[in-house]
Amino acid sequence: MSEFLHLLGSGLALGGIYAIMALALVMIYQATQLINFAQGEMAMFSTYVAWKLMDSGWPYWRAFAATVIVSFIGGLIIERVVVRPFARAPILTSVIVSIGLAFVFNALAGYLYGYSVVSFDSPFGDRPLFGSGYMSAHEAGAVLVSLCVLVVVYAFFRFTPLGLAMRAAAQNPVSSRLVGIRVGWMLALGWGLAAAIGSIAGMMAAPIVYLDPNMMFGILLYAFAGAVLGGIDNPFGAAFGGFAVGVMENLVGAYVVGPEVKLTVALAIIIAVLVWRPSGLFGRRLVARV
Amino acid sequence: MARRSGASWIIVVLAVAIVALAIPFVASGYRLYQGAQVLILAIALLGLNLLTGFNGQISLGHGAFFAIGGYGTAILIVKLGLPYWAAIPIAGVVCYGAGFLFGFPALRFGGLYLALATFALAVATPQILIYKGFDAYTGGSMGLQLTRPQAPFGLRLSGDQWLYLVCLAFAAALYWAASNLVRGRIGRALIAIRDQPIAAEAMGVNAALFKTSCFGVSALYAGVAGGLSAIVVGFVSPESFGLPLSLAFLVGLVVGGLGSLGGMLFGALFIEFVPNIADQLTVSFGESAKALPGAVYGVLLILVMAAMPMGAAGVARAAARALARARAAKVEEDGGADAAANCEGKGESP
Repeated sequence: MSEFLHLLGSGLALGGIYAIMALALVMIYQATQLINFAQGEMAMFSTYVAWKLMDSGWPYWRAFAATVIVSFIGGLIIERVVVRPFARAPILTSVIVSIGLAFVFNALAGYLYGYSVVSFDSPFGDRPLFGSGYMSAHEAGAVLVSLCVLVVVYAFFRFTPLGLAMRAAAQNPVSSRLVGIRVGWMLALGWGLAAAIGSIAGMMAAPIVYLDPNMMFGILLYAFAGAVLGGIDNPFGAAFGGFAVGVMENLVGAYVVGPEVKLTVALAIIIAVLVWRPSGLFGRRLVARV
Repeated sequence: MARRSGASWIIVVLAVAIVALAIPFVASGYRLYQGAQVLILAIALLGLNLLTGFNGQISLGHGAFFAIGGYGTAILIVKLGLPYWAAIPIAGVVCYGAGFLFGFPALRFGGLYLALATFALAVATPQILIYKGFDAYTGGSMGLQLTRPQAPFGLRLSGDQWLYLVCLAFAAALYWAASNLVRGRIGRALIAIRDQPIAAEAMGVNAALFKTSCFGVSALYAGVAGGLSAIVVGFVSPESFGLPLSLAFLVGLVVGGLGSLGGMLFGALFIEFVPNIADQLTVSFGESAKALPGAVYGVLLILVMAAMPMGAAGVARAAARALARARAAKVEEDGGADAAANCEGKGESP
């Protein structure tokens, strides 16, 4: 039983990280139908920025805040400079561009910070929580931070005029432009927000998986699976999917098969779910107008 | 697409054929091996293009069918002692079955969900290949070793030359088959399903059958390519069939041009040589430039997409159109001087 709770706890911690990455993916997907393969590498790069800041003596939360802001601006600039010129190109072209971006960020991080694995401090420490051993303090903190991100993002989109404008621009760009929303800037903001959210995921993941230029690849994969499992057009579904994938991955790895094929089994389960519900657990069913 | 002016098209095909046939007698060793790799990649890209370009089903997992073809061929040769010329078609047929079956769950998925399902296939493939239960067949993480075939009938060709010609024969035959496929009734049905699925079904196209069969044929292409790769490399191992391979296929497809069969040769050249060129930069700049290949490849990818968002085929089409327009304009300038030539010119311009 205690082993089960321990697996559940660490699964939830990883799941939280997948959930916010999934949220970042959904944010870009909803506005542009683009799967952003560079999302993970952008988050990895942000995490290196945080590491560099802390290395030069900044306290954790100051470095955290600075990283989120830098990532936001970085995402904004990437959309304006790299992604925007492809707005009229076929969507697969944009997907290839995002793969190119992923290569560039990976190489840039390797060039600037080296390929050796470094450890990344957690603000919560890594003592067991309340001495119970079910969950480390960092894992509990990561779950908490993930939930905070979800609530903040929800509040932003639900209660602020800017959030409303962004939702409108994603759902109906033409009408939004007619009522005076600057759709292009809303897309750029979406990229900025996705990059900022991704950077939080990176900083929460780094104490668990350690920091190196390839750290986010697996996480992006699980986040993608989570987003699709929950329903890619529903941010909360995507977040739920992220949590579900994290827990499932841990339990499957421990109880059903060995850790070597846990990814395969987890993906097989997801596909089975999708065969049953083709638009994800909480996704809207697409209805075509004839 | 507009009607191709027959003569210039034949010239292009002949030129490509002559160059392709001349390569084994001018290049040698590693260059020839790379040439064979390009042909193999082009075959896989043709298959992916039938599925994604013509039928509109996105696959991020063709590396998996490539792996089934490669491992299938290797197992048939090493464990069952079949000759390679029999093993590759059998592996291709096995892949057709695998693709056809995978096409059924794929029927229920649209767009991104299909991308995930195939993505899962690509990620799972290396893990299944090293799985201990299949060690007896797959050789586990060590992979399988094959002896490279020699030229038959006492032909005075080296092993490299013979393998290149085998790949060329397969590539030419499969290209011919694909171009006939897409130009006929089946091709029109596939395109109709891509563009207007509901209208296509209303016209009596059996969408489910065509989509699953298309998946099967596409997997067959990837499987034959995988089988050829197994005998050319002389070795199959789990690491060579992972997600990077599937993503490289996607890159080649888009760089070559969706819905263009000829463009696939360009796409194959791109994914074979551009990472290589990027790698060579490291050699000339030394170990400190370890990050350089990735950066160069990434930047090149973005620049190529910016220069030709519709792929090489898009550029070729635009060039052909410009040429036709220039020719038409020239004919009009000459017009009046020679009435007969004028008529002829108008007849030719599209």
